Amino acid sequence: MKDVFILGIESSCDETAAAVVKNGREVLSNIISSQIDIHTIYGGVVPEIASRLHIQNINGVIRLALKEAGKTFDDIDAIAVTYGPGLVGALLAGVSEAKALAYALNKPLVGVHHIEGHVAANFIAHPKLKPPFVCLIVSGGHTHLVVVKDYGSFEIIGKTGDDAAGEAFDKVARAVGLGYPGGPKVDKLAREGNPHAIEFPRGEIKGAPYDFTFSGLKSAVLNYINHANMTGEEINKADLCASFQNAVVESLVERTVACAKEYKYDTVAMAGGVSANSALRKAMEEACTSAGLSCCYPDIILCTDNAAMIASAGYYEFINGNIADEYLNAVPNLKLGER
Amino acid sequence: MKILAIEASGLVASVAVTEDDILKAEFTVNNKLTHSQTLLPMLKEMMHISGESLDDIDAIAVSAGPGSFTGLRIGAATAKGLALAKDIPIIKISSLEALMYELASDSHDVICPIMDARRGQVYCAAWRDGEKLIPEKACAIEELLAELENIGRDIVFSGDGVPVYSKMIESGFQSKEIRIFFADSPNNRQRAASVAALGMKKYREWLENNGLDSGTIRKNGAGSISCFDDTVMNSDDFVPEYLRKPQAEREKDAGLLEDPGLKSLRKIANGAKD
Repeated sequence: MKDVFILGIESSCDETAAAVVKNGREVLSNIISSQIDIHTIYGGVVPEIASRLHIQNINGVIRLALKEAGKTFDDIDAIAVTYGPGLVGALLAGVSEAKALAYALNKPLVGVHHIEGHVAANFIAHPKLKPPFVCLIVSGGHTHLVVVKDYGSFEIIGKTGDDAAGEAFDKVARAVGLGYPGGPKVDKLAREGNPHAIEFPRGEIKGAPYDFTFSGLKSAVLNYINHANMTGEEINKADLCASFQNAVVESLVERTVACAKEYKYDTVAMAGGVSANSALRKAMEEACTSAGLSCCYPDIILCTDNAAMIASAGYYEFINGNIADEYLNAVPNLKLGER
Repeated sequence: MKILAIEASGLVASVAVTEDDILKAEFTVNNKLTHSQTLLPMLKEMMHISGESLDDIDAIAVSAGPGSFTGLRIGAATAKGLALAKDIPIIKISSLEALMYELASDSHDVICPIMDARRGQVYCAAWRDGEKLIPEKACAIEELLAELENIGRDIVFSGDGVPVYSKMIESGFQSKEIRIFFADSPNNRQRAASVAALGMKKYREWLENNGLDSGTIRKNGAGSISCFDDTVMNSDDFVPEYLRKPQAEREKDAGLLEDPGLKSLRKIANGAKD
């Protein structure tokens, strides 16, 4: 069979990214222009600034992705682009660019769901991984427990009722003065702390055993800090981070493993920015091992927003004939499994 | 020589192809649909019906702003994608100058395009006989009218700021000498035909100044050119002309940006849940 090369483009939040991926699995290039230093000044992503930077950088990023892959536009079989969910202004940069490229080059255009891209990062990291499997999707905007039934086919088993896991990390990080982005900073500090130092609640939603809730936990952490500030007590930030993180990790791991057992799948995968968290990786591996499940997750570089995962997800859409046209629009609140 | 033009700085979405001094095709829509939905389908349809091919286009002229930030970016990303794919230059055109150029050939009056910039301001500029009298800026309508009062002469207004500010314009001048006109519908909103014509003029000037011909650039690609400037450029370097900084940046510059850590602690101290 002829090799298929997909050019992926991603601009849903604060990374401008382009990549060339062969047959959905082999990354030939993965260029990411991160805006994080700029947004850190503001304590979070500023949508207007993110959108402006996407426009400024996108052509250079695409050019570099082709160059590093040793390919030209002529070698590309299709162009895959994230069209949701995400910041609308940011998404529009990538979508408008991809539509113009596809039209001018007379190549097929594929619209990719950002979260399906995160799941596909596992196909790159684990060449033998095939559906079906259970996947925990955890990022700044999403917390979903899904069964990946086939390429591009998902059944949602559980989701968060309030904050996303990554959002809880960001808010706690801000409250203890670690700044943005919260995830990696909490992870790092937590390594020096005792995860059992402070007993924080593990939220449950009645009647929905696979759903997540983090707002009670977040409030408990904020109240703890508030109380300490009022009484003049010194907060051990490392213990606080470790205990908070432990509570999040436990509720994520418990439900994921229980889901795999109940639905009888032998493989658990993780996706999204929070799957880069070292405590989550360790706990999930241990829980899977003792339950006789195999566990996989992507390399750190593929956990953050990138275009290689978009190209990989786009490859499976492309070979399944899911081609978009010039009417493709950005859908900021695109739901998982929606077309 | 052929120029493809893209205009998405306001409510109007418009695309056009000009060959030398002849307009070959133009597709203009003025409705509430987002440019993301309209612009590329319009382009594809226009090229198809007019029998034009992207392969014959020498450069892409784009209305760079000022205007709606989102609209400018959709126009910019579309132009950048086309220019990257075809390895041709982008010609950066002021959206206000393009509005002015719709009226320029048959008027020796002062031409003053105004776009509603919200927050009590207009994006505006003024020209007479091709000479720029007031450079592009965002300001209150009163400030613009005071400047125009000093210039005197008859003034033609156009743009989507007219319906918003027409009453203030009509009563805004002290001098009885100044007569006011409002442009009619064929040329009182953005049109890609004007962006293309202006693009053609500026591209020709640039070619002449640099001793180049368009055929060579088409043959060797924009990547082979080292004498690009602020008007004719490689697609990588093109960004819209917003005229305004993002709000967050303005607050930061004004010293209004709180340290994010302090901000969270203050919120917690106030008992906020977030």
